[in-house]
Amino acid sequence: MEKKRLVYMDHAATTMTHSEVVRTMMPYLNERFGNPSSIYGIAHESKEAIESARQKVAKALGADAQEIYFTAGGTESDNWALKGVAFANKKKGNHIITTKIEHHAVLHTCQYLEKQGFEVTYLPVDAYGIVDLSELEKAITDQTILISVMYANNEIGTIQPIAEIGKIASEHEIYFHTDAVQAIGNIPIDVEAANIDLLSFSAHKFYGPKGIGGLYIRKGTRIDNLLHGGGQERKRRAGTENIAGIVGLGKAIELATADIDSHNLRIRAMRDRLLAGILGQIPHTRLNGHQEKRLPGNLNISFEYIEGESMLLLLDQYGICGSTGSACTSGSLEPSHVLLAIGLPHEIAHGSLRLTLGDANREEDVDCVLEVLPKVVERLRSMSPLYRPDQ
Amino acid sequence: MYSEKVMDHFMNPRNMGEIENADGIGEVGNPVCGDIMKISLKIEDNRIVDARFKTFGCGAAIASSSMATELVKGKTLEEAWEVSNKAVAEALEGLPPIKMHCSVLAEEGIHKAINEYRIKNGLEPWEEKTPYGEHTPGDGA
Repeated sequence: MEKKRLVYMDHAATTMTHSEVVRTMMPYLNERFGNPSSIYGIAHESKEAIESARQKVAKALGADAQEIYFTAGGTESDNWALKGVAFANKKKGNHIITTKIEHHAVLHTCQYLEKQGFEVTYLPVDAYGIVDLSELEKAITDQTILISVMYANNEIGTIQPIAEIGKIASEHEIYFHTDAVQAIGNIPIDVEAANIDLLSFSAHKFYGPKGIGGLYIRKGTRIDNLLHGGGQERKRRAGTENIAGIVGLGKAIELATADIDSHNLRIRAMRDRLLAGILGQIPHTRLNGHQEKRLPGNLNISFEYIEGESMLLLLDQYGICGSTGSACTSGSLEPSHVLLAIGLPHEIAHGSLRLTLGDANREEDVDCVLEVLPKVVERLRSMSPLYRPDQ
Repeated sequence: MYSEKVMDHFMNPRNMGEIENADGIGEVGNPVCGDIMKISLKIEDNRIVDARFKTFGCGAAIASSSMATELVKGKTLEEAWEVSNKAVAEALEGLPPIKMHCSVLAEEGIHKAINEYRIKNGLEPWEEKTPYGEHTPGDGA
């Protein structure tokens, strides 16, 4: 086997923490360890650091700092937004609208809420993964209290018409939550302009540390607490603050949103070259998701006649990190719910490969994948009883 | 996630391919479930003299096919019939629980190929001892 050089193309799974972010965090792991709830000097330092990070997040989202709450990550934020709004507004109604392509943090929370007596509509999406706005309008009833639609999809990268959805929600006076975990740093976000009431984010998707994220909650939103305990986060989210994490998140979001356009230009150029190379060199392949309305680093391609996990195992031998929507890596035997929702037959969904580019990538990574991937696909096809070379 | 043995059989599969004019062929699985195995056997004097596979599936499916063909080569049909999915998994130094069905598929493929041979030669097909049922979409098997 050739010598491994890591070609990391799984930025949608997680990103490496930016070195500047790590530097900013370090003091809060040792000398500035004070509990921000205490009254002595080092406690003040911690408190100020948290508030400064909150300002940075607010600036990145076009929000007020008092509308930003830190959590343990995207999953907690999604759980809080959905359960918190559902339980606080159950007298008003018991209906929630979401989509079939949400992250499991939203889908499984909705399933839990169904068990608690709420009704949930899971909107279909078109072949590109985009929500149909007329379907959304039709689904709204006088019982609807919450609409939750992700900003951009983690698997196929499709970007939803968030501002239009926000407008519809606002016209009907329904709370609008969006899981923006994949969007931060890739799409400029303005919660005001898009009429967003709640927005989930997670630091490790934009070159920050793991275990820290947050929820934007528009002022005046009726929402119950998810975690009960001490009075942290203005009595909304109990638990001693993860100061180093919060400081890291603040730095990371500042860096990630400083110049989204030029970041995207660089990533998109590499992504497009990779896409053209793959489709040009390998027959029986197709791009999943939308051509333009997709995250700049996202590629999701199906290779007919082969299965995704075996592709990943071979790519890993060359140091290439990717992911797949095949059942075989999900712990269940069903392929990705997102790929099924856009209408892919099971066998095509099993043969999907997701490569997500980001700051770790250079042009030579694209060259490497374009050299290795055709060989990997060819090798697996030669083993496949479904493949006939003359096809 | 996988044992070294699984990775070895995945990276260097034994007996990959198809036997021309095979005496018995067994194709099992379903593309909907994400795995299909096609086993072909060359049989002389009631003995498997060659076994080959083609597989669409994950690493465990490819390794299981590779190992199963290794295990039945040289065996009489009676002996080969007794090669269980457990034997395949054990020879691979274990499979993750969710991947055990890959070894089941390998056993089924061998059985199907043997029975195809038996039917072609006017013999009674042997009965499956354990009813796996058909590998149908969404059955989680």
